[in-house]
Amino acid sequence: MALRGNLRDFTITQLLNLVNLAQKTGTLVVDGPSEQAYISFREGKLAYARVGQEDGSLATVLHKANKLTVKQYRAIVERAGRITDKELGLLLINAGYLSQEEILLNLQGYFTEIIRRLFTWVEGFFRFEGEMLPPDDRINVRLDLENIIIEGARQLREWEQLQDEIPSLEMALKFTDRPLKNVSLSVEEWRVVSYINPKNTMKQIAQTNKMNDLEVRRIVYGLLQAGLVEIIRPEGMVIPMSPKTFPTQNKEEQKSLVNRLIGRIRSL
Amino acid sequence: MQTVKMVVTGPFSAGKTEFIQSVSEIDVVSTERKISNAAERTVKESTTVAMDFGRITVDEDLVLYLFGTPGQKRFDFMWEILSEGMLGFIVMVDSTRPETFREARSILETFRAYAPTPYVVAANKQDREEAWDLEDMRHALRLDSKVKFLPCVATDKATVKSVLLELLYSILAEMESGG
Repeated sequence: MALRGNLRDFTITQLLNLVNLAQKTGTLVVDGPSEQAYISFREGKLAYARVGQEDGSLATVLHKANKLTVKQYRAIVERAGRITDKELGLLLINAGYLSQEEILLNLQGYFTEIIRRLFTWVEGFFRFEGEMLPPDDRINVRLDLENIIIEGARQLREWEQLQDEIPSLEMALKFTDRPLKNVSLSVEEWRVVSYINPKNTMKQIAQTNKMNDLEVRRIVYGLLQAGLVEIIRPEGMVIPMSPKTFPTQNKEEQKSLVNRLIGRIRSL
Repeated sequence: MQTVKMVVTGPFSAGKTEFIQSVSEIDVVSTERKISNAAERTVKESTTVAMDFGRITVDEDLVLYLFGTPGQKRFDFMWEILSEGMLGFIVMVDSTRPETFREARSILETFRAYAPTPYVVAANKQDREEAWDLEDMRHALRLDSKVKFLPCVATDKATVKSVLLELLYSILAEMESGG
């Protein structure tokens, strides 16, 4: 069953997070207000992106990034004929105009810019096609999504949404297994990260950094979406079990009671 | 007569009433009123505005009560009241309505903050063609791999039993580990 839905209910940021965590391969097709977008992934990393009828050819990308002059661009378009992006890339590298790294960096920048535009799409149908792979005649990149996700999360401003996501600031945070290397964070985000400890509640982190509830929620939401942290109960926080939970305080009797419940449910 | 309590929670129309009805020996007590919100009216004809309440008699000395939280967000003041003294809770999520996933996540985080009791999450309506895969839902709901996330069809007694049993196993495991 393909992933499908509406951006009204599931944001681009959330979709990227899902693709990232599930390490999906395939293409996310999004029907926007006036055009369609295709974002391709390989094992959870961004590989390729195209929006509408835009010519996303390597020549156009490099020309827009001022890596090719108008004359060079026209020459390539007129004389190169049906040359593929890969062939053009090799030509440019062999001719000493650009390095492989420069070509990939420019493509990454172009694809990232397309995704930034998608962050403004709040309505539209999406579907993820696992069988649809990036086009063969285009150069694919391999770009981690965490930074794009954090940037998308930064744009989330609505107080109610943040409160829904993080209802209680009395909980604490801990790092997940995903390493923090190669992640670009703002100064404020690093300040929060430096206090992440199962003993510190988000409320305490906010107070220490002189942040209000909205600010700390915004930052934590970004870290949550990127899969870098998770919400946990603070260490040392003891919430006494309500005396009303069990009709008896004897531990053995409590276990016996639970076993009786198990037996009864099985017999239904 | 001793009584214990479990809570079934989740977004509006996730299947909480049907879940309890599948195993309750009494008809689920619910109070119906006309839907006042147009959006809710399009989803179903009637809804409970009080708690759902079901009962399973274990033996002559012990009864399990199942409480279903009101589905609409405007009744969330009830959650803290219902969560007091519960053995554990179940969060129901409608697998066919991804627009409710965020709310389900919010409800889960709210209940986790209320009480340190074990819980499971049930992906309801897994028999429908448009249901999301469990693995995709787990990521969308940001559930830790240690959280039990179970397929469910709320009108099917077998899967409902399975969800209840998994919660009870979790409760037992926590007791045996000294929690």
